[in-house]
Amino acid sequence: MALFDFFLLEAIINGILFGGVLALLALGLNLVFGVVDVIWIAYAELVMSGMYIIYTLHITWGWPLLLAAPMAIVGVGLMGLVVHRLIIAPILDTPPINQLLATGGLLFFLQNFATLIFGADFRNIGLSLPILQIFELYISFSRLLSFGAAVLGMIGLYLFLSRTYIGTAIRAVAQDREIMSLMGVNTKKVYLITSALAGAMAGLAAILLVLQQDVHPFIGFSFGPITFMICVMGGLGNLIGGFFAAFIISQIISIGSFYGSTELSYVIAFVLFIIVMFIRPQGIFKRNT
Amino acid sequence: MLVVDSISKSFGGFLAVNRVSFEVQEGEILGLIGPNGSGKSTVFNLISGAHKVTGGSIRFEGRNITGLTPDKICHLGIARTFQIPRPFKKLSLLENVTLSAYFGDDALRSPEEARDRARKVLEIIGLPTDDRTEVTTLGAAGLKKLELARALSTQPRLLLADESLGGLDHQEMEQAADTLNHIRTELGITIVWVEHIMGVLMRVVDRVMVLDYGEKIAEGLPKEIANDPKVIEVYLGNQQALA
Repeated sequence: MALFDFFLLEAIINGILFGGVLALLALGLNLVFGVVDVIWIAYAELVMSGMYIIYTLHITWGWPLLLAAPMAIVGVGLMGLVVHRLIIAPILDTPPINQLLATGGLLFFLQNFATLIFGADFRNIGLSLPILQIFELYISFSRLLSFGAAVLGMIGLYLFLSRTYIGTAIRAVAQDREIMSLMGVNTKKVYLITSALAGAMAGLAAILLVLQQDVHPFIGFSFGPITFMICVMGGLGNLIGGFFAAFIISQIISIGSFYGSTELSYVIAFVLFIIVMFIRPQGIFKRNT
Repeated sequence: MLVVDSISKSFGGFLAVNRVSFEVQEGEILGLIGPNGSGKSTVFNLISGAHKVTGGSIRFEGRNITGLTPDKICHLGIARTFQIPRPFKKLSLLENVTLSAYFGDDALRSPEEARDRARKVLEIIGLPTDDRTEVTTLGAAGLKKLELARALSTQPRLLLADESLGGLDHQEMEQAADTLNHIRTELGITIVWVEHIMGVLMRVVDRVMVLDYGEKIAEGLPKEIANDPKVIEVYLGNQQALA
């Protein structure tokens, strides 16, 4: 074995790039949980919907990709709004199990709706971006692009939450919703904005995933559970915790795949998750927002 | 200004407030006293909209506000503080107050205006006006002041102050009573002041109302209340509160 293993380095870099997208996914889910206090079980299926939006606009209707892609952000953002208004808002004050069941129902609805319209086929937007070669490293340009966009999306959200008044109100509602309404904030509006934002994050993730993967109705299963696991590991609702947990998990998967197989690395990741839950049920990072 | 007509609130089978009626006149400080669990805080929660009344109605400046959401009631001009301070610990002191100024008053629409308002209020209350002071550095008295600052920054005409003096030493209590008096006389804000320590309260309030087990048992001038046999009975075994 060489003194310096380029393949291992490649695996680590791919892990980081993959981590960026996972972190973006976790961010949207965490945002809703932290503010609205609801877990969107169907979050990955919103991402799937975004991928189909791009597919339909670009391939079926022939829109240019640069126009079709942003529509995923708008479209899934609107879906987030509708999900909150129609499904979450009416049962917000009922026990959490109702919300889990309702969004779980949405998951199956979206999967089957997609199957009905698009069939179970794997579809892709037929875009092949070059593979970059840096010395002896081969890095997929689409992954690099995804990573960059994910980081930009996260920075954007961070600035929105920390610099704007609506953003500050969102953070404040996450801390104490009763007080915020007594201070004149319409919490219902804050929930709607947050849900739309989380939807938009799912839409952005859809763009990044559709660049790398085929879309099919059950694609949510390939990253939904792991996104949820990352959120729990980072401390549900903790945006920063989820960010770091995403990179920990992505490295385990990436390096695990390098030494063994992808399947095995997912097993390792989930075993680690179970161990972490035994030792620190509140997540690696304390739960907060 | 505020007309509370026979409001009741039950939590399950427990009647926390039982057909309580009272009026608040513009410009006065009304003291609301009673032992722990007598329903004082619940009355505040009903007025501010945090809880829905089980019966009765509340009118503010001639308008029926029964059943309105807390944010609407806040915009109409009623603000409240909490017995146990509930600041946003992850926001700075100035941010805490700016936020309530920004969202609490419809007339303010620029962040700069809100920040100026917050600074002004902090100055009146006697808290630092810089943008670096963290909430976590404030002591008990500072946190109580912050509660007050947040409420005032929404530009209320009626302030519901919930046991502002719990956990303070004697000198801090006197200061806080002076602050409330100042808010009334200088800013022209009407105040309902909930308290279970009667001594300091009696000095600045115009009228007192006494609750016990969710019912109004007395109402009158501070002097009358202090000598009311029913009130003395309620406070019996808690002589310190009368001192």
